[in-house]
Amino acid sequence: MSEPIISIKDLSYRYPDGTPALDAVSLHIHQGERVALLGPNGAGKTTLVLHMNGIHMPQTGTVAVSGIDLNPETVMEARRRVGVVFQDPDDQLFMTTVRNDVAFGPRNLGLEGVELDAIVDKALGAVGVADLAERPPNHLSFGQKRRVAIAGVLAMEPDIIVLDEPTANLDPASRAELTDILDSLNVTQLVVTHDLLYANEVCDRGVILNRGRVVADGDLTEILRNDALLATHRLGLPRGVTL
Amino acid sequence: MADGHVHGLFLHGHSPLHRLAPQVKIVGAFLLVLGFVATPRTAVWAFGVYTLVVIGLAAIARIPPRFALRRMVIEVPFLLVVLLLPILGSGPNVEVLGLSLSEAGLWDAWNILAKATLGLGVAVVLGATTQVPEILVGLDGLKMPSIVTSIAGFMVRYIDVIASDWRRMRTAMASRGHDARWFTQIGPIARTLGAMFVRTYERGERIYLAMRSRGYTGSMPPSAVPATQGVEWVMAGTLVVCVWTVAMTAVIAA
Repeated sequence: MSEPIISIKDLSYRYPDGTPALDAVSLHIHQGERVALLGPNGAGKTTLVLHMNGIHMPQTGTVAVSGIDLNPETVMEARRRVGVVFQDPDDQLFMTTVRNDVAFGPRNLGLEGVELDAIVDKALGAVGVADLAERPPNHLSFGQKRRVAIAGVLAMEPDIIVLDEPTANLDPASRAELTDILDSLNVTQLVVTHDLLYANEVCDRGVILNRGRVVADGDLTEILRNDALLATHRLGLPRGVTL
Repeated sequence: MADGHVHGLFLHGHSPLHRLAPQVKIVGAFLLVLGFVATPRTAVWAFGVYTLVVIGLAAIARIPPRFALRRMVIEVPFLLVVLLLPILGSGPNVEVLGLSLSEAGLWDAWNILAKATLGLGVAVVLGATTQVPEILVGLDGLKMPSIVTSIAGFMVRYIDVIASDWRRMRTAMASRGHDARWFTQIGPIARTLGAMFVRTYERGERIYLAMRSRGYTGSMPPSAVPATQGVEWVMAGTLVVCVWTVAMTAVIAA
């Protein structure tokens, strides 16, 4: 098999106050996969994600992104290759116009001028918000903000995008639009979510994390049909729904 | 949220003033106001000239009078204070419309009224022709330290977010029976303000996390500052020199 895009081996992490957050996590994600990362609140999902782009450094174990071992020298490369879309788009859209915001990442990578404009336009086009380029982010609808946040990450041309609760607070129409957009992107995706039906729409593989450990990793539909497994880890499909 | 007050100052348009580089507008506005303020209050004729200048600028920018007047309403509370000066002022009194008013107080009131109104007029023209992000880019172009423009940029970006956080918290309080009309209810408001502060701080941390995730290492990427043309500086400079000539003439005459 090809070099995995994300390769995590025996990763453990304790918060500064001693609370264990991750316990010997191993996870490999390959090119083109669409993986759902599931788990109850406080399972360690966000902590795991923040290890992929080097916001947290491994205390024990290793993290490699596209074969590059994560360490203080490679951290900028990891941040380019792993694009994280955070849950609240207001946290992510901090510049005064949409164009400047999407350009923030590529500018940090040293792009400018025509090259920068081209990459920004391409990213805005990919999520269907090219007409919003000159607007201030605070004048956008919630669904638009979410799409611009994704464009900001796409503009860094990542190997993988990680979406934290992408459907949170979206109305059904915006949710459907987002599904179509994410489906159209030719990039490896890791979706962190409690929305199991949405995960089922966009992902083929599921990983359940609970109390800092990977407790299931396999075909998502099989995982979602295993009621006992879901119930043990405080997950479950909405009542009355079967796959 | 769509008409956040920070952006309500801008008037969409394509006038020459809209097209002028923001650096030129910022420097020009500052120097004009400086000229107004330097003029002795007794030179009433000079303030007449300035009024024509401001109205002329507004006309070039095609700002409808109603738009300008609505944005100048902010001055009204200050004017109410100013109106007290002739009543409370000391020194020789003069009869005005049957009222005995302090002469020095009248001059003080006139001084503040004229200069504040003219200064506000310039600010309204600047705000109506320049979007906030452009002003920040202009300040960058004028070599303002980037820490200052970054802070101003974050403030502009998040003022609506924080205001709506505050509204949501107030709605939640009111929904559970809090009635903010009485002074005894100040406790919950103070605690809510404290909670707001903590929430805003936490949001700051999340924003910083998102910035680092997109390669931020401590300095904002330079903004694309529009080039200024010599002719723009010459036009703005000419206007400033005219106003300053009026101001100097008034100073010498006084």
